[in-house]
Amino acid sequence: MRVVAAMSGGVDSAVAAARMVEAGHEVVGVHLALSQNAATLRESVRGCCTIEDAGDARRVADMIGIPFYVWDMAARFKSDVVEDFIAEYAAGRTPNPCLRCNEKVKFAALLDKALALGFDAVATGHYAQIVERAFGARELHRAVDMAKDQSYVLGVLNEDQLARSFFPLGDTVKPQIRQEAAALGFNVAAKPDSHDICFIPDGDTRKWLTDRLGEQPGDIVDADGTTVGHHGGAYAFTVGQRRGLHLGQPAAGGEPRYVVEVQSGTNTVVVATGELLGIDVITGDHARWCGPAPRGVVSVGAQVRAHGEEIPATAWADGEQVEVRLQRRIRGVAPGQSVVLYDGTRVVGSATIARATASRGATSGGANSNEVTGNEVTSNAADSVSPTAG
Amino acid sequence: MLDSSAFTNFVYLDHGATTPMLPEAIEAMTAQMATVGNASSLHTSGRLGRRVVEESREAIARAMGARPSEVLFTSGGTESDNLAIKGTFWARKDADPRRVRILVSMVEHHAVLDCVEFLEAHEGAKITWLDVDQVGRVHPETVRAAIGTDPETVALVSVMWANNEVGTVQPIAEIAAVCREFAIPVHSDAVQAVGQVEVDFAGSGLDLLSISGHKIGGPQGVGALLARRDATLVPLTHGGGQERQVRSGSLDVPAIRGFAVAMRHATANRAVVTERLTGLRDKLIRGAQDAGFGVQVTGDWEPGDGIRRLPGNAHLLVPGCDGDSLLYLLDAAGVQCSTGSACQAGVPQPSHVLLAMGMSEHKARGALRLTLGHTSTAADVDAFLAALPAAVERAQRAQVATSPKQTSPKQTSPKQTSPKQTSPKQTSPKQTSPKQTI
Repeated sequence: MRVVAAMSGGVDSAVAAARMVEAGHEVVGVHLALSQNAATLRESVRGCCTIEDAGDARRVADMIGIPFYVWDMAARFKSDVVEDFIAEYAAGRTPNPCLRCNEKVKFAALLDKALALGFDAVATGHYAQIVERAFGARELHRAVDMAKDQSYVLGVLNEDQLARSFFPLGDTVKPQIRQEAAALGFNVAAKPDSHDICFIPDGDTRKWLTDRLGEQPGDIVDADGTTVGHHGGAYAFTVGQRRGLHLGQPAAGGEPRYVVEVQSGTNTVVVATGELLGIDVITGDHARWCGPAPRGVVSVGAQVRAHGEEIPATAWADGEQVEVRLQRRIRGVAPGQSVVLYDGTRVVGSATIARATASRGATSGGANSNEVTGNEVTSNAADSVSPTAG
Repeated sequence: MLDSSAFTNFVYLDHGATTPMLPEAIEAMTAQMATVGNASSLHTSGRLGRRVVEESREAIARAMGARPSEVLFTSGGTESDNLAIKGTFWARKDADPRRVRILVSMVEHHAVLDCVEFLEAHEGAKITWLDVDQVGRVHPETVRAAIGTDPETVALVSVMWANNEVGTVQPIAEIAAVCREFAIPVHSDAVQAVGQVEVDFAGSGLDLLSISGHKIGGPQGVGALLARRDATLVPLTHGGGQERQVRSGSLDVPAIRGFAVAMRHATANRAVVTERLTGLRDKLIRGAQDAGFGVQVTGDWEPGDGIRRLPGNAHLLVPGCDGDSLLYLLDAAGVQCSTGSACQAGVPQPSHVLLAMGMSEHKARGALRLTLGHTSTAADVDAFLAALPAAVERAQRAQVATSPKQTSPKQTSPKQTSPKQTSPKQTSPKQTSPKQTI
């Protein structure tokens, strides 16, 4: 096949490209320029897409003997990922830009351009597996290396996209990928993984958002509506967040308080103690199915953030809407995040969380036992995903 | 060893970026590399090296209509442009602090553009941009008008001899004559022009002229600034005082020798070569226009003319395509060419030359530059024309696929998705950040 290997300049996409060549495909390396003013050198492990990264990718392409080009996707990335990210936060939601980038840029704009130019598929360095079933059906599965598994951020891919995608690293653990890179003589063999959101190089999402949305002073209220503090912009808060609230006095019981709701309309942040944070019913929209849409109520595992825990659940899909009922409550589920549904290791699909609530009947006794908590605005979105290739 | 077969397994139509070295230049250069001798040393080996440098200087001077003492060796066109512009600006301003204006055309190479923008940002220079017409030509009257009523404030004027993207040849002698009236030094970047059109330094009336080795079949990394003996330049590099005290650094004797050999060939064979290239260029442009995609040629093209447009330059606009898609598809088909404009981290930027000529950014995206040189043949042109239709069809589909407006599923963000990057009313052809221009 004629394959575009998306090459970020990192070790994963380098080995992915090498494996595609090794497998006998006709491979062309492509680095995506996603920033309109790329920096010359990498400044931190967060940023990528610098000219240095493009140079690293180019050197790998030289070494494995494939043509190499840089494709300018900056306009698409800005409109479909960065502006979406800002708009979502402004609306009180917590988006995952990596899913958006995979959905709109890597497996849309990049794939579409590749197909138009005569390629058959795109290969990336994402840690996930595609399993071929009878009659050519392709399923998306978790990677064997659960520590690196990136199937969560690929949960937006549909059958057509999966049919045109290769994830050559999914069957291998990361340390082995680094060894393979070293054995191939790649300069990037020991290059650090990228973390967090690529377009916020210093990792300070709140400041980044404030620079773009401006200071918008407002109130922090408790569940009764009593003002307990003030903030500089509700958009900078995310459900489950505990730090950075700067509340003058503790709650009556002395328990820590968390953000339970961000009301963008009134620019209000609602806080409460932990038990109000637990939810077990998720309503999602913008459903995307990695295979046939499930019919009726199905048993699934639900994951609400990259590398989050998978919770047993049932799901019921109705068009673009999905209702997910978790078997136990979890904390810190923010609208805008994605819920990705699994059947064993298979990714069933995903939806964007519209509402997360607690069912009346469910037990709330174990409020602090098994719950997953700890959303912070800086850490819930992305993880170890290089935006150009994964 | 390189031989001509190295150029036969692909079609090379990017001679404007660099052209294959002439076998004679390779031979002379490699012979020189086997010898020892710093041209500044006083002993026998040094004198032998010095002799090669001076013979080369004389050869280049003869070919360019200059005196040997007017030839200053540099590392190439970019350094020559920098030395000419910064060196002259500082010298003129030192002599009279009122001289802060630099008159420069909108279509210059980045080696000139970024130089004057540096001087504006850091050295108090004021830039007066010289407009071009729709074929990219600067009119002498534009220069006169820009000099205006205060010629005493002008430090220098710089207008390229021929444009590297669209091949338009400027009326340099007329522009220089206007500057002479006001005793204003005038520089021209002739990197693309030498070997393609007649370039005569003395006859041009210029004070400063930049030339490069590798665009004429010499080695990369060497060039020269021709500077009249009365041109005062503040040096950019300080050290051993080589090259009239303005360009310190041990001379690259082998490269200089290769440069001189290439220069001799390029000028001796120019008339024959340019006639041949003009014919090939016209065939290429006609063929592309006849391919049925609405391909347009930019700049000043008239079949048979090799004086107003560089004989080896064909610059095309292909509707509905991104130049870089075309470049990839043609490369994959074995045909190498360029989009013509500067790139930033491998991404071609909208051409400041085309924008200055009044073209829309959208239209400028489909630019493709094909440049012919001494190894070009009719078969090369045929191969390009054969590869073009399939490339255009695919590139058109690719542009549709990546256009931000076409996004398939419904947008979650209602934000403006226009990909506009530069404002349409820009006054300077400025671009930001690192870029490479060839």
